[in-house]
Amino acid sequence: MIETVPRCGILIYGGFKMKLNVMSTSLLAFVALSGAAVAQSNEPVKFEYWYGLSGQLGEVVQATCDRFNESQKDYEIVCVGKDGYANAVQNTIAAFRAQQHPTVVQAYDAGTADLMMSGEFYPVSKMMADFDIDIDWDDYFPGISNYYASSKGELFSMPFNSSTPMMYFNIADLEAAGVTPPETWEEFEAALVALKAAGQECAYGYAPSTWIDLEQFSMAHGVPIASNNNGYDGLDSEYLYNTTIHVKHMENIKRWYDDGLLEIRTTQGGLNARDSFAQGECSFYFGSIASHAAVGNLVDGSFEWDVAMIPVFEGTERKNTVVGGASLWVLSGKSDDEYRGAAAYLQFLATPESEEYWSTNTGYIPVTKTGFDALVSKGFYEAAPYKGRELALESLTYTDPGPLTRGIRLGGFIQARSEWENEVQAALQGDKTMQEALDKAVSRSNDILDKFARTYRGQELP
Amino acid sequence: MRRAYFKNNWVAALVVAPQLLIIFIFFYWPTSQALYWAFTLEQPWGGGNEWVGFENFVFLLSDDRYWQSVRVSVVYALATTALAMGMALILALFADRQLRGYKSFRIGLIWPYAVAAPAIGLAFRFIFNPSAGVASYLNFAFPGIWDPVMNGSNALTMVIIAGAWKQVSYSFIFFLAGLQSIPKSLTEASAMDGARVMRRMWDIQLPLLTPTVFFLVIINITDSFTDSFGIVDTMTSGGPARATNLMVYKIYEDGFRGLDYSGAAAQSIILMILVIALTFFQFKYVERRVHYS
Repeated sequence: MIETVPRCGILIYGGFKMKLNVMSTSLLAFVALSGAAVAQSNEPVKFEYWYGLSGQLGEVVQATCDRFNESQKDYEIVCVGKDGYANAVQNTIAAFRAQQHPTVVQAYDAGTADLMMSGEFYPVSKMMADFDIDIDWDDYFPGISNYYASSKGELFSMPFNSSTPMMYFNIADLEAAGVTPPETWEEFEAALVALKAAGQECAYGYAPSTWIDLEQFSMAHGVPIASNNNGYDGLDSEYLYNTTIHVKHMENIKRWYDDGLLEIRTTQGGLNARDSFAQGECSFYFGSIASHAAVGNLVDGSFEWDVAMIPVFEGTERKNTVVGGASLWVLSGKSDDEYRGAAAYLQFLATPESEEYWSTNTGYIPVTKTGFDALVSKGFYEAAPYKGRELALESLTYTDPGPLTRGIRLGGFIQARSEWENEVQAALQGDKTMQEALDKAVSRSNDILDKFARTYRGQELP
Repeated sequence: MRRAYFKNNWVAALVVAPQLLIIFIFFYWPTSQALYWAFTLEQPWGGGNEWVGFENFVFLLSDDRYWQSVRVSVVYALATTALAMGMALILALFADRQLRGYKSFRIGLIWPYAVAAPAIGLAFRFIFNPSAGVASYLNFAFPGIWDPVMNGSNALTMVIIAGAWKQVSYSFIFFLAGLQSIPKSLTEASAMDGARVMRRMWDIQLPLLTPTVFFLVIINITDSFTDSFGIVDTMTSGGPARATNLMVYKIYEDGFRGLDYSGAAAQSIILMILVIALTFFQFKYVERRVHYS
């Protein structure tokens, strides 16, 4: 009896599917017929795009869609907000398994390896070449395009919303404490001590963030996060961050927390770190340059603030940071017409006008040199509220990306991030030392890598 | 007693067929898929999978994070059930006494059941906020005593209270119905014999409520194992340091966020077996002590 249950299920499901197939074939025939009619009446080709950004940033994504639809008559992009990167990817996978997926999906940086291994996408550089759309790929900042390219340099997804972390600081608070914006972690600590001495209640509003404390920190210091050049050279990688200068940084954080130099600020506790900074409560905040617009709106001129590159330890030769944010993936299993539409949309996004629109309305940085130069020559970055955003590009292009600063190509990275966060929280609570916590996080994250490699046994990273 | 039955089995089969079909499509089919995935390593995008036998289960059962999640879930289930049923019973006993304004209390007490879990989570997040919420008075009186953001047991307490609050209304409805079905003659007779309110509650009403209590224990425990996601997601996201990482939330984290479909499938199979086993034991051993009439 037990054995027949799944079989029954399959039978019924199979019948159901067959019916659907018949239906969809007739539907297809209908669509094809009407498609022929459509071509004559110049109805635009529709295709879907699912994005993860929400709130104000999501509205700007929607606006880029409207601008695209108004700019031409051949295609109509239907943009659907999925409220969060993770949701966008999850929903896309579920839809993909039912063959109902969108043509384009916005997927986050950390999910890059998972998407690459799926193989279910149309590499953008190939797509653009197939449709004779000329895009100067060398125009893209290498720190951005390398993150989304194969080990052979083929660009798989279109860089879109790109950011990098920055140190936000309250100018008045720093002046009152008699310190200048710190460039090293040693100076940063001295600044925290000075701020506390000057009576500042919350010197540094902190929330553990792998993206900043681990990933970008390691990039700027030129130290590895994992072996195989952060995973680029093979699936048999292992995490190494419990052996690098990252440990010293996290031990500092723990010490600052214990000494009251740093306060944990999360949404669960009321005000998150960004809002604590923007309301003038905390003097320092580390966050994405994408928050630049939001911080500006929240502060609304009530105090003076600025951003700077994240500090490095004294005696470190500073390296470039890498891109964060998301890129646009074109998925497999769509028609040529839909791909042509997707290509047109991506081409539209790559124009300097679109880049300017995007960068003005969000804090994200332009992804091409032409786009950036156009903004610079207009004097965009010279005055508030946009002044300071050019530092993000300076950070991204500080050095040419090397083997350790190209990016991260590790499977199941979302889970590995969560291991790090949980263990760091445990260390901050005082359950264990920071070194023990990071050792534990590394060994657990290695299990994840191991499982990922086994799931894709016999395959190689493209 | 005569039993009514259909002579024509085909008609009966035809009548239940739509229902069975729905159960197959929405329950047995997904369950069989999960069962299959639990024994494989499934690629998230459906590129293929590899049979690995019990490996996913062995990994889970040898993982201290998983046992920690089981432990937290059991604590959560027992504590929310006890709290929710205790509060519901007290409220129902008093609503049943028909004191002044009891009708509006009755509606007011049933109504919270209609509030969605994430909304409850958000409301309680504000109430328990260590620096701005109602609980900040605690910190004002005893600095540093309440910190659900960094203190695991504080966070678990917070989630338990919110989870219990959500369940109170449901238990309340059943307790009230149970109390109202107790014949008035019994309580009136004992009142004439001189039993006061507390004695009547203790000796008459509570013993007659045991079937309801038994039913609610099963429903509440099952519910707190399977339906705690919304509260955890909005209040703590399973943190700090996994202190509130209930089994359902871990399934979501691993499966949907981490794209480890096989590990999540294995966890949901274990959870299903656990809930089935719990219910089975309750029926087998606890029900003996329940008297239905």
